[in-house]
Amino acid sequence: METPLTQYIKPGTPPPGIKEYERTGGYDGVQRALKEMKPAEITALVKSSGLTGRGGAGFPTGMKWSFVPEKTEVKGFKYLVTNADEMEPGTFKDRYLLEGNPHQLIAGMIIASYAIQAQKSYIFIRWAYKKAEIIIRKAIAEAYEAGYLGENILGTGYNLDLYIHSSAGRYICGEETALLNSLEGKRGIPRTKPPFPAVSGLFGRPTIVNNVETLCWIPHIVAKGSDWFRQLSLTGEGGTKLYGVSGRVKSPGLWELPMGTSLREIIYDHAGGMQDGYKLRGVIPGGASTDFMTENHLDTKMDFESVRSTGSRLGTGTMIILDDKTCPVAFIRNMIKFFADESCGWCTPCREGLPWAVKLLDSFEKGTAKEEDIGILEFLSRYMAPGNTFCAHAPGAVEPLQSGLRYFRKDFLRHIEEKHCPWK
Amino acid sequence: MLTDEERKEIREEIKLYPYVEAVCIDALKIVQDHRGWISDEAVNDIASELEMSPAEVDSIATFYTRIYRKPVGRNIILVCEGISCMIMGYESVYEKISGKLNVKFGETTPDGRFTLLPVSCLGDCDHAPALMINNDHYNDLTHDTIDEILAKYR
Repeated sequence: METPLTQYIKPGTPPPGIKEYERTGGYDGVQRALKEMKPAEITALVKSSGLTGRGGAGFPTGMKWSFVPEKTEVKGFKYLVTNADEMEPGTFKDRYLLEGNPHQLIAGMIIASYAIQAQKSYIFIRWAYKKAEIIIRKAIAEAYEAGYLGENILGTGYNLDLYIHSSAGRYICGEETALLNSLEGKRGIPRTKPPFPAVSGLFGRPTIVNNVETLCWIPHIVAKGSDWFRQLSLTGEGGTKLYGVSGRVKSPGLWELPMGTSLREIIYDHAGGMQDGYKLRGVIPGGASTDFMTENHLDTKMDFESVRSTGSRLGTGTMIILDDKTCPVAFIRNMIKFFADESCGWCTPCREGLPWAVKLLDSFEKGTAKEEDIGILEFLSRYMAPGNTFCAHAPGAVEPLQSGLRYFRKDFLRHIEEKHCPWK
Repeated sequence: MLTDEERKEIREEIKLYPYVEAVCIDALKIVQDHRGWISDEAVNDIASELEMSPAEVDSIATFYTRIYRKPVGRNIILVCEGISCMIMGYESVYEKISGKLNVKFGETTPDGRFTLLPVSCLGDCDHAPALMINNDHYNDLTHDTIDEILAKYR
C-alpha cells in the first residue's frame, strides 16, 4: 500500500531537510512543472486526477484553480494561500504534514502558484502550531536558498515569494473569506460570495485558498500522473486520505489509507477498537461540524460521496467517537458551545441561535428541560440551515445537533423524564 | 510609544504586505510578546504607528482570542475544552489545576505566576486531555503529570 503523503514522516525525529527531501525526488515535480509544463497544463492535470479539497468541503481542486482569470483589467498580483488554520475540534491531520514534511507543502505551493500564475503566496497557520511554524519558517528559508523561491526560479523567469502568517486565534478564520480578511489584518469575518476569491480575494486580487493536505498532493500528481493518483483509491475518488480517530479507542491516532477505506477498518483495525468497558454509540466522521454516523454505518466507504449518502459529510476525515459512558447530550452541548463561542457575531441566526441552543442543552443536563425544548432545538437546527446564514459556520454547527436529536432522542427524553443527566 | 525593537519588528512584517494596515494583527502580537498584554496605551501606540484609529485597532484586538486586553500572569495555562478532551476527562484536569493554584478560569494567581484560561481546541485530540503553557503543548495528562508540568514554570 502506497502512502505518498506520509512515507517520509517519522514522528519523534526532525523532518527531512531540503537535501533529504530532494533525494527522495520531492522537488522533481517542481522542476517538471516549471520547466516542462504550461500553467494551464498543470491545472488540466490536477482536474483530470479528480483531486478534491481535503479541508472538508471536497470541492474539485483543478476546477477551483480554473476559475482564476488569466488576465485582469487592473495590474497586480495573484495570490495562493495555504489554509493551515486547522481548528476543527477533533482534527489534527494538517499538523502532522506541517511538522513532518514541510518541503512537501512548499513544493505543492510553488507548483500551485505557478499554475494560477500567483506571484505571492502565504501560509495562514493556526496559532497553536508553534512547532510547525518554526519548522515551516526554516524550510522556507532553505527553499529560498536553493533557488526554489524568490526571483527567476530555476532559471525559468518565474518569480514567487512565500510568507507565513501565524493566526491570533478564532476558528472562523478557517473559513476562506474570513481567513482573507484576517490576512489583511482585519477582524476575521466572512465575506459575501460572489465574488469568489478566485476572482476577488486577498487585497481584492484573484486568490486561491487550498488546504494543506490538498497542496501536499500536487508535487506527487505532477511527478507521477493522474492515473497513478486515481488507482491509489478504493473508490472513484482518487488518492489516499489522512484519517484520524480520537475518543475512547485503544490507539487514537492518524493513518494515511486509501480513499474509501471503511469506517469499520479505520476504527477497529487501525485505532484498535474500543477501550475495554466502552461501547461505540456514534461517530462524528470529519470534525465537529459533521452529522453523526452510527454502528449501522460501519461498512461505509469513507469517501466524500459515500459518507454523504449516509446523511453526513466526510469533512476532514478525522473522527470523534461517542462511547456509551459519555452522555450524548453533553457531547453535543460541548460542540455547540464551541461553535457559539467561535461565532464571529456577524449574522443573527448564528450569533443568537447557537447560544440559545447551548442554553437549552444546558437545561437538559440540569434536568430542567421540557419536552417542547426538543422541538425548539429542532427548530433552531432548521433556522440555522444553509441559506439562512452568512457563511457555513452555523449550518455546520447544527449538523451534530440535528442528527443527534434523531439518533439519541431517547437519551434526550430520559433527561426530561428522570429530571437529571443519567450519566452523572 | 513603541520601543525601537517593537517598531523594527513591525517594519519587518510590513515588507510582506502591500499596505501597512495589513500588519495590524502581527503588530498586536509583536507588542504583546514584549509587554505581556495589550493595554490601552499599546493600542494607541500601534494605531499611531500604522496610521489607524485606536478604535479600529481595538476592534481587531478584541476579536482575536490570543490577544489579551487584560493583564495576564508570567505564564498562561490554556486548558483544552475541545470535544476529544471532554471525552477523555478535561474536567478533572481543570479541577486539579484550579485547586492547586486556587484560581478559576480567567484569573491570575496573586504572585502573577500563572493565568488560567480555557481554549477551544489545541489539535492534540489523539493525545487528550491536553493543555498548553506559553508555547508548549502537554498531552495525555494525568493528575501526576500536571504537578511536574506546573513545576517547570516560575
